[in-house]
Amino acid sequence: MIAHAVVFYIFSFIAIVSAIMVTASRNTVHSVFFLILDFISISCLFIMIGAEFLGMIMLIVYVGAVAVLFLFVVMMLNVAQQKNEWFVASGSSSHIPVGLLVSLVIFSELLIVIGGWKYKTELQDSININLNLNLTNTQSLGNVIYTDYVHLFQLSGMVLLVAMIGAIVLTFRKRTGVKTQSYLRQISRERNEGVELIDVETKKGVKIDV
Amino acid sequence: MFSIGLGHYLTLAAIIFTIGVVGIFLNRKNVIVILMSIELILLSVNINLVSFSIFINDLSGQVFTLFILTVAAAEAAIGLAIIVIYYRNSGTIRVEEIDSLKG
Repeated sequence: MIAHAVVFYIFSFIAIVSAIMVTASRNTVHSVFFLILDFISISCLFIMIGAEFLGMIMLIVYVGAVAVLFLFVVMMLNVAQQKNEWFVASGSSSHIPVGLLVSLVIFSELLIVIGGWKYKTELQDSININLNLNLTNTQSLGNVIYTDYVHLFQLSGMVLLVAMIGAIVLTFRKRTGVKTQSYLRQISRERNEGVELIDVETKKGVKIDV
Repeated sequence: MFSIGLGHYLTLAAIIFTIGVVGIFLNRKNVIVILMSIELILLSVNINLVSFSIFINDLSGQVFTLFILTVAAAEAAIGLAIIVIYYRNSGTIRVEEIDSLKG
């Protein structure tokens, strides 16, 4: 139980520090690295609390896909060398104290909600979290997803499809001045377009327009 | 102190949520960091859902976390695509210089 607490505090400390570093780091690449660290520590927390499937999925989706996507975009756009200033007053920076105030209010509101929230009576302690050892977390999630939530599951597939098509359509561009092969033009070419037969009169020659 | 309950996880989620919001408000850098802050916010929501799901012993929270994960991945892809074409058109993604809407 004490080990549980110690592990929780370690992982949440790492998560909070790396979350701060994501927003405060001067280099965008470092921000992405700290984002990865944050995801990893939170997924460790998930695994620790008993949601193994989600922890692993977080590792795969966030660390394996989203963070690498961020890294690729940072690399492509050459913004890593941009020196980032934090809290630097530059003319119209009157939104900084207001932003801080609003964030503080949000945080205290969240804390008040947590503190004043009447815990449900059927809430469990972390000691006797009901881990059904006959059925793994993945198995029981699968039992729910493919029965009760199957429509939402398919809908999320549609969301991913739309996102994929949207990203391709947004970033696709036709380059001009690039010599490429056009199969359609190649195939639809006919004989009388390519070859012209001309009767050449003697001693007069023929003028060729190209 | 040594018995970790629901409140600990909710507090952790609240802290990470607030860090994400601060990152959006106080950003003087490029838009990519704003997208990362949004990812942080979604992560904290996921923490809330998973911890409630575990402590109430109801799997629906984890299912919804899965859907939030999907939407977050889609949002990151679309957002980064928009950033890429904006950079291609205007040559910058610094927050201060994105002011063509004059808001």
